[in-house]
Amino acid sequence: MTEHLLRLDDVRTDIGHYHILHGVSLVIPEGGVHVLLGRNGAGKTTTLRTIMGLWRAARGAIIFDNRDITGSHTADIARLGVAYVPENMGIFSTLTVLENLRLATATGAFNNERLDRAYDLFPAIRQFRDKRAGTLSGGQKQMLAIARAIIERRRLILIDEPTKGLSPAIIRAMIGVFREIALETTILLVEQNFLFARSLGDSVAVIDDGRIAHSGAMASLAADSGLQTRLLSLSLDAHG
Amino acid sequence: MAEAPTSDSLPWYRALANVNWLPAALALAAFAAIGSPATWVTLTVAGLAMGMMIFLMASGLSLVFGLMDVLNFGHSAFVTFGAFIAATVLARLAGWNTADTPFLSVVALLLAIGAAALFGLVAGWFFERVIIRPVYQDHLRQILVTIGALIVAQELVMVFWGGSPVSVPRPLILSGSLVFGDISIEIYRIFAVILGLIVYVGMHLGLNRTRIGLLVRAGVENREMVEALGFRIDRLFIGVFMVGSALAALGGAMWAGYETLIAPDLGSEVLVLVFIVVIIGGLGSVEGSLIGALLVGLTNNYVAFLMPKLALASTMILMVLVLIWRPLGLKPAAKG
Repeated sequence: MTEHLLRLDDVRTDIGHYHILHGVSLVIPEGGVHVLLGRNGAGKTTTLRTIMGLWRAARGAIIFDNRDITGSHTADIARLGVAYVPENMGIFSTLTVLENLRLATATGAFNNERLDRAYDLFPAIRQFRDKRAGTLSGGQKQMLAIARAIIERRRLILIDEPTKGLSPAIIRAMIGVFREIALETTILLVEQNFLFARSLGDSVAVIDDGRIAHSGAMASLAADSGLQTRLLSLSLDAHG
Repeated sequence: MAEAPTSDSLPWYRALANVNWLPAALALAAFAAIGSPATWVTLTVAGLAMGMMIFLMASGLSLVFGLMDVLNFGHSAFVTFGAFIAATVLARLAGWNTADTPFLSVVALLLAIGAAALFGLVAGWFFERVIIRPVYQDHLRQILVTIGALIVAQELVMVFWGGSPVSVPRPLILSGSLVFGDISIEIYRIFAVILGLIVYVGMHLGLNRTRIGLLVRAGVENREMVEALGFRIDRLFIGVFMVGSALAALGGAMWAGYETLIAPDLGSEVLVLVFIVVIIGGLGSVEGSLIGALLVGLTNNYVAFLMPKLALASTMILMVLVLIWRPLGLKPAAKG
C-alpha cells in the first residue's frame, strides 16, 4: 500500500486559449471518500478529466500509485485501475444494460461474484439488464454508470457530480451505496451538493478559479462555521 | 428507487411506420405506377443490385465517420482501384472463363474479388497511417487532404491503366439472364444482391455478436467513454478503416462487372451516390446505409423508367425529401 494513491503537483490545464487549471496540487490517500468541492466553472470537472488523461496537463505532474501518468493515454490510465463516471454518466444508450457492464470488464467475461454485488447494490440493474440503456430513467442511468465502475475491482473511482438532477430519495440511497463501495476502493468525488458531500467525505478540497483554496478533513470543515463562512463566497452553501 | 423504463418494443402500428419498410413501400408504389409486372420485377432487381453495390461502398465510410468523425473524400479511390484490379485479374485469367471450365470461371471471379478486397485492406492501412492520422480532429484539413489523395489516386490509375475506358470481361457464369415467362433477370444482378446480403449479414453478426463489434458500436456512440473504460479506440479505428476500404474495393469490383466498361473517374462519379447514401441512412449506421442504398438504387431505376428526364436529379431529390423529414438521416447512430 502506498502512502498517497494519487498526487497532483502544480497541474495546469488549458482548453483552447483558456487557462482552466492554474496550478492544482492535491493529495489523495488510499481508501475512503475524498471530495472536491467548488462552484460551477471552478475547475472540478477539468481536474477529473486531466487525471483521466482526457485533457492533457500543460504543466505539472500527476502521480498515481508512484507512477507518473502525466501525458499517459486515457486507456492506459484506465488499465491501471482508474474508473471514471462523468457528469453525463457516459452510458451507451443503444447498448443493453448488460452490454454496458460487459464493456467495463477487461476480457468481456464477468466475475459472477462482482456482478451479483452490482445487482445487490442496484436491483434495478438486474431487473432491466436486457433493456436498452437509453430507456432507463436518469436515476437508473446513474446507477448503471456506478455499477460499471465497480464491475471490476478498481484502485480509484473518479465520480463527477453524481447527484445532479436526481431526486432526494435517490440521493439518500446513494450515500449508503458509496459508503459500501468505499470499503474496497478509493473514491474521488466532485460535488456541489455540500450536504451530500459532508455525509460521505473523509477529506475535502475546495477549488476556486482553477486553484485549491482549501484542503483538509471533512469533519473539520463541517465543524468550523467560520471556515464555511469564508468559503461561502465559493458558493458552497448554494445547495446546502 | 426503480422507475419503469419505457418499453423497447413498439406497438404494431408504430412498427409498421418503421423506416425499415421504406424500400418495400417504394417498390409497392412503383408497382402501381409502372403497371407491367415484368417491367417492375426487372427494374426492382436492377435497383436492388445497384443498391447493394452502393451499400458495399458506403457502409465502411459511414462507420469510419461514426467512429472517428473522419470525413474521407478519398474513399472512392478504393472503389476505383478495386474496379481496375478486378478487371485486370479477370482479363489475365480470360482463358479460365470459357463454357468448358465453369469451375475455373468461378475461381477467376473469386480471385478478382479477393484481389480487390485484399488491395483495399492493405491500402486502407497505408491510407489511415499516412493520410488520415495526421489530420484527426480537423475536418477542414481532412476534406482538403483526402480530396488531394483522391486526385493523386486517379492519376495513379491513369499511369497504370491509361486514360481510356477499360472493358471488363464479365465471368461467363454470371453472364446471361434467367427468364420466367415475360420476366427476364440478369444473373449478375442476382449475384450482386446475394453478395450484398452476405456482407450485410456478416457485418450485422460481427457488430452484434462479437466483442470487437460491441466496442465499435460503443465507440460510434461515445468514443471518449470507450477509452475511459480502457480500450484504445485508435487501434480499433484502423481495423474498421481497413475493413471499410476493403468493402469499398469489393464494391468497385462488383461495379466494374456491372458496368463492363470502366474509366479512371469511376470513383469520383460513384462518390456522390455513396455520400448521398451515407447522409440519407444517417452517419455511423450500417443499417441506415443499407436502407439508404436500397432507396437510392430503386429510385434511380424507377425514375429512369418513369421520368427519364428526372433520372439524374432523382437521388438528390430523394436526399432533400429525407432530410426535410429526418434531418439526421433515417437511422443515425446515437451520439453520447
